[in-house]
Amino acid sequence: MKPTDEGDAPEPRTDGGMFAGSDATQVTRKQRAREWFGEAVATPARIAWEDWRMKVGLSIIALFVAVGLVAWVSSSNWWLLDGVTLVEEPISNQGPTRLAPFENWDYPLGTDVQGRDLLAGIVHATPRMIQMIMAGAVFSSIVATAVGTVAGYKGGAVERTLMTLSDIAMTIPGLPLVIVLMVLIEPQNPWFIGIIITINVWAGLARTIHSQVLSLRENSYVEASRTMGMGTASIIQKDILPNLMPYVTVNFVYAARRVIYDSVALYFLGVLTYQGIENWGVMMYIAYDIGGALFNPNNVYMLLVPMIPIVLLSLGLILFSQGTDRLFNPRVRTRQAGETVSEEVDDSTTVVTQ
Amino acid sequence: MNWFIRRTGHALFTIWAVATLSFGLIRLMPGGAAQIMTNRATRNNPNVDREVIARMVREQIQIDPNAPLHVAYYQYMSGLAQGDLGHSHWAGESVNSVIAGALPWTVFLMAISTVAMFAIALSLGAIMAYREGSGFDLGMTGIAIFFNSIPYYVAAVVFIVFLGHGTSLFPPRGRYPSSVDPGFTVDFIGGAFHHAVLPSASFIVTGYGLLALAMRGNSIQVLGEDYVRVARLRGLPDRRIALRYVGRNAILPMYTSLLISIGFMFGGSIILEELFAYPGIGFYMFRAIEFRDMPLMMGTFLVITVGVVLAIFIGDATYGKLDPRIKSGDESEAY
Repeated sequence: MKPTDEGDAPEPRTDGGMFAGSDATQVTRKQRAREWFGEAVATPARIAWEDWRMKVGLSIIALFVAVGLVAWVSSSNWWLLDGVTLVEEPISNQGPTRLAPFENWDYPLGTDVQGRDLLAGIVHATPRMIQMIMAGAVFSSIVATAVGTVAGYKGGAVERTLMTLSDIAMTIPGLPLVIVLMVLIEPQNPWFIGIIITINVWAGLARTIHSQVLSLRENSYVEASRTMGMGTASIIQKDILPNLMPYVTVNFVYAARRVIYDSVALYFLGVLTYQGIENWGVMMYIAYDIGGALFNPNNVYMLLVPMIPIVLLSLGLILFSQGTDRLFNPRVRTRQAGETVSEEVDDSTTVVTQ
Repeated sequence: MNWFIRRTGHALFTIWAVATLSFGLIRLMPGGAAQIMTNRATRNNPNVDREVIARMVREQIQIDPNAPLHVAYYQYMSGLAQGDLGHSHWAGESVNSVIAGALPWTVFLMAISTVAMFAIALSLGAIMAYREGSGFDLGMTGIAIFFNSIPYYVAAVVFIVFLGHGTSLFPPRGRYPSSVDPGFTVDFIGGAFHHAVLPSASFIVTGYGLLALAMRGNSIQVLGEDYVRVARLRGLPDRRIALRYVGRNAILPMYTSLLISIGFMFGGSIILEELFAYPGIGFYMFRAIEFRDMPLMMGTFLVITVGVVLAIFIGDATYGKLDPRIKSGDESEAY
C-alpha cells in the first residue's frame, strides 16, 4: 500500500487493516475523522434506522423536540422572536371554561375549569420537560459512568467503597426519597428538579458498568495499552468507555422515563408548587383538585388530555431503547451489516426491565 | 453460611446508612425538617422561650435543634434503636401506632401485585418464546410495549374513572367495605381482596410488559442451549423440558428485576394509595407531606426504606436456594 495523500479517498482496505501498521502514522486527521464518522455514526445510524421501533421511537422524540421549539419560539422575548407567537401561552380565561375537546377548533383539545387552552398547556409545558429530562439523564449517566469505571478499573478499597455506596443508593426507594427532598428543598429550576429526581438512578447503571469493566480490563488490548505505559485516564477513555455505550444509552432512556413519571407525579400530587402551566402534571393537578375530575364524568377529559403526551413520549423512549438493541447486540449487528454470521440460533434480546 | 452473615451485615449497614441519611435531612440540611419545625413553633408561640420550643421539637422528633451535632445524632439513633419514631402532630398519636395500622395493608397490596405480575409476565413471556415470530408473539410484544409506557398512576386514574365510578364492578376507594367489621370472616377477607383489585391492577398492567419481554428473551436464549437439545433427544416429555430445563434457567436472571420492582412498588404506593384513598403507609406519608408533619414524614420514609431493604434481603437469601452457584463462593456470578 502506498501512503495516502490528503484529500484522496482512502483505498479500500482488502487486508482488513492488518498490514497497515506502518501507514497508520501517515493517515491524516481528516481521514481519520471521516473513518471514525463512518464507523461510529453513519453505519450504526443506518443499521438502527432499519428497525421499525427505532423509526417510530425517534419520530416521536423528534416531534416533542419540535413542539418544544414551537413553545420556546412562542414565549421567547428575544428581539427577533418577540413578535412571533405560534401557540398562545395558556392563561386563565383565554377561552370559555370547561369546553370539551373537538367542539371548538380554536381550542381543539378543550379548556380547563379556568378557561385555559389545554393544547397550549401541553405545548408550553414541553420545554421544561425537555430540560428536566436532559438534566436528569445526563447527570445520572455521568455519575454512573464515572463511579462504575473508576471502581472497576481501580479495584481495592476504592472499589469496595464505591460499590457499597451504590448498593445503598440502589436500595433506597426512589420516589419517597425524591418527595422528601422536594418538600425540604422546594426547587423551582427545571434543571435542578431533573437532577433531584435522578438522585439515585445512577446506582443501577454504575453496578452494570462496574461488572462490565471488570471483564473488559482483562482484555488483551487493555493489557497492551497498560504495557505501553498509557495512563489510567487515557486507557479508560480510549479502551473502556466505547464498549459501555449500549448501557449508557439504555440508562439514558430509563432515566428520562423516570424524570417524566416522577415530575408529573410530583406536580399531580401538589408536592411541587407551580406558577403557570409548567408541567403536564400541573394540568392533571388542576383537573383532579379543582375540577374534581375523578368524580365528575364531565370533567374527565381534563385529566385524560395531559395523559396523552406523557404516554406518547414514554412510548417513544421505550421504542427507541428497544430499537438500539439491534445496534448494540454484536450478533444482530454483524448479521445486519452482511458480514460473517455465526451459525448459532441465538438472538437473545437484551431488555432492561425497569 | 459465610455468605449469609456477610449479606446480613450488608443489610444492617444499609439500614444504618438510611437512618443516618434521614438524620442528615432533618438536622444538617439548611432548611431541614428540624429547622422547619422550629420556625413553625416559633411563629405559633412568639412569646415562648427558645429553650421551651427546642424541647417541644425534641419531644416530637427526638432531635434537639440546639444540641451539638454528635449529641443530637446519638439521641436520634438511640431513639430509633428503641423503635421510637416520634410523635405525629397531625394524627395526634405516636408515629409508631399510625404505621402499625397502615403497614400490613401496604404489604398486602404489594404482595398481591408482585405475585400476580410475575405470574402473568413469566407465563406470557414463556409462551411468546415458544411461539417466536408468530402473530401472537408480535401482537403481545406490541401490547406489552404500549402498556409499559403508561405510568401506573395514569392507569389508576383510568381505572377509577371508568371501572370504579363508571361501573360498580370494583370499589374505587378504601381498604375494605365500610359495612363489614374487621375480623377473620369471609366477608372481610373477600372485601379486602375486592378493594385491592384496582390498585394492584394499576401496577400489574403497566409493569408486566418489559418483564414479559425479558422472560421471552431469556427463554429464547435457553431454548437454543445444547442441554435442551440433548434433553429433547433423550425423549424427555415436553412438559418436563419446559418447566425444569427452560423455565428454571430463564427465570434466574429475572430475580434482580423482582427485587427492583419491589422497591419501585413500595415507592409508588405513595401516589397509588392517595388516589385510591387506601390508608396504607404511602397514604400517611402523603398526609404528612400535605400537613408538613415532619416526624410522620421521616418515620414513613424510614419504614418504607427498611421494608424495601428487608424485602431485598429475603429475596437475596432465597436466591441462593434457587441458584447454588451463589453460595459456592463463585463471586463473579453474583452480579
